[in-house]
Amino acid sequence: MSVTAPPPAPRAARAVVRPGDRIFAGIARAASLTIMLALAGVFVFLAIEGLPGLSAPENIYAPAEDFWSYVGPLVFGTILAAVVALVLAVPFSIGVALFISHYAPPRIAAPVAYVIDLLAAVPSVVFGLWGGLALASSIRPVTDWLYANLDFIPFFAGPPSVTGRSMLTAGIVLAIMVVPIVTALSREVFAQTPRLHEEAAMALGATRWETIRLAVFPYARSGVISAVMLGLGRALGETMAVAMVLSAAPVVTLNLISDTNPATIAQNIASNYKEATPDKQAVLIATGLVLFAVTFAVNFAARWVIARSERKVSR
Amino acid sequence: MNHPTTTTTTLVEPDAFAITADLTQARLPRWAVLLVGVIALGVAGLVTLLTGWSPTGGLVLAVVLMVAGFPLWSMVVEGRRAAADRLATSLVWGAFVVVLVPLVWLIWMVVSHGVSAIDAEFLTYDMRNVVGAGGGIFHALWGTILVTLAATLISVPVGLFTAIYLVEYGRGKRLARVTTFLVDVMTGIPSIVAGLFALALFVLIFGPAIRVGFGGAVALSLLMIPTVVRSAEEMLRLVPGDLREASYALGIPKWRTIVKVVLPTALGGIITGVVLAISRVIGETAPLLVVAGATDSVNFNLFEGRMMTLPVYIFSQYSSPGVVPVGTEGDPPGYARAWGAALVLIVIVMVLNLVARLIGTYFAPKTERRR
Repeated sequence: MSVTAPPPAPRAARAVVRPGDRIFAGIARAASLTIMLALAGVFVFLAIEGLPGLSAPENIYAPAEDFWSYVGPLVFGTILAAVVALVLAVPFSIGVALFISHYAPPRIAAPVAYVIDLLAAVPSVVFGLWGGLALASSIRPVTDWLYANLDFIPFFAGPPSVTGRSMLTAGIVLAIMVVPIVTALSREVFAQTPRLHEEAAMALGATRWETIRLAVFPYARSGVISAVMLGLGRALGETMAVAMVLSAAPVVTLNLISDTNPATIAQNIASNYKEATPDKQAVLIATGLVLFAVTFAVNFAARWVIARSERKVSR
Repeated sequence: MNHPTTTTTTLVEPDAFAITADLTQARLPRWAVLLVGVIALGVAGLVTLLTGWSPTGGLVLAVVLMVAGFPLWSMVVEGRRAAADRLATSLVWGAFVVVLVPLVWLIWMVVSHGVSAIDAEFLTYDMRNVVGAGGGIFHALWGTILVTLAATLISVPVGLFTAIYLVEYGRGKRLARVTTFLVDVMTGIPSIVAGLFALALFVLIFGPAIRVGFGGAVALSLLMIPTVVRSAEEMLRLVPGDLREASYALGIPKWRTIVKVVLPTALGGIITGVVLAISRVIGETAPLLVVAGATDSVNFNLFEGRMMTLPVYIFSQYSSPGVVPVGTEGDPPGYARAWGAALVLIVIVMVLNLVARLIGTYFAPKTERRR
């Protein structure tokens, strides 16, 4: 996609190698080795500090008995929160992305795109503050209604939390944080649809919606999937927004609106590190390692999806 | 779309009107949208008044009526395909409006609560010995500035030189491919894992109770480096090869070409990228909470003692807001401070973003740029 020619290949006729050149190239190479070392360091140090956490004294894991039964509900909670967030966020993100790329008049589209980008920069702790102090207290009518009318669905089995600090609230906050990311990426992909494809569809008499279905979506599918995966990665690793909104317990439940909710890994670390003894700290670090593994797998899957499709999505 | 109303030449035969009239379908007039909107609002308002719903419920009903009603009318007049198109349009506009609601609500809450919390005392006092109302963010402000500065000092050289390596030296080499992959992996590190890494590193060196501001800087730079590498790499690739070749032709060594020709050309974009990266990490909470800890006093020393930062300040004011004085109503005093600090933090982030855009516009290289 780059408009310029690639830099010239350095294999010019046997040039003199000056010391300055050698030093500079050395520094550049060292910098990229630093990145490699840093990433290896993340694995190594987390492993050194976290491995004792796999076999800590049993009372550390209370009420669970060993590490895996301790981390299981946390993994479940992490995935549940992220899935709720994505189910809420993805339709809206795609809608807003289409709005910017195809529906809005250009005079509105550019500012809207800019504002969405800005919102991606709002710190998560601010989302958490808003979720905890504003959204949680206003969501009662919604959860009450869900409980009254839809309580045969396990998600809304209730009884609804009085404080509103439920998995549903956390999922909504996460969704609002994920929307700008998925929107920004999908918008770029939608905008890259070849103009001729769209015009061909239009010329055949397709309506705007049919054009989008026939020309835009097939072209953008892999790009949107990878955008969603990246959003999922963010939702999985988000700490503060969940920690400030969710009242958590070590349970496994699909109930989204009650006041006992499964914790997420990141939230569990943030709320317990303070009183942590060295043993407990090791356990928390080990759960962090599990979180890293999960997000790594998700991101890896996203890259795989991108790489597999022939049409590479430029970022 | 319009019929040719006046024709100066006689290319259009008089009965062409009849033909076009046969070809065009019946279409809803342009004001149909407005009409449906007004009707939906009216019906919803009536229902709200009659059944005593909350205004929010009425608004939701109005939106549902609008989104469902307009395509239905279109179905009757225009047919199935046009109706599907109308439905998609309503849904897309609906999605946009629905997304706006929480975002506007969030900004409004932060601004309205934050403005009333901010005064001279709030910006110049720390929280030492503050019980109840009063106190401020002075210590957190300085902590944020110092930690972010340290993180920038670590990540800009590493990130910039990595980008230089990738663009200028690493073409086609295995190290470059591996580095690109690792930068991708780094982008996906959850912030709390970065914090745990810094914690594990410092605990291993200094013992289990260590909490220092510099640890926070290490964690933040882990999150910042990939962003810097990405943006700097993109900018360096935009520098035209002609410039490099012209410099080589004058006998300039490669490293001086990079320093004197390539970097100045890309400088605007690189600075923009760095400022955007700063604005992204300045709001990180979790890693700082874990390694830098929290404190009520001012601490200017990055290498000793706990250090408060704005995001952690917001979190701790939220999670332990103090008690409402006996005999009075209202929120605990910590909430007001949290809103105030949130407003300050958002303003900092927005200003940084704005500065980045301005730099990007004014110092843009005079070559053709992407987008």
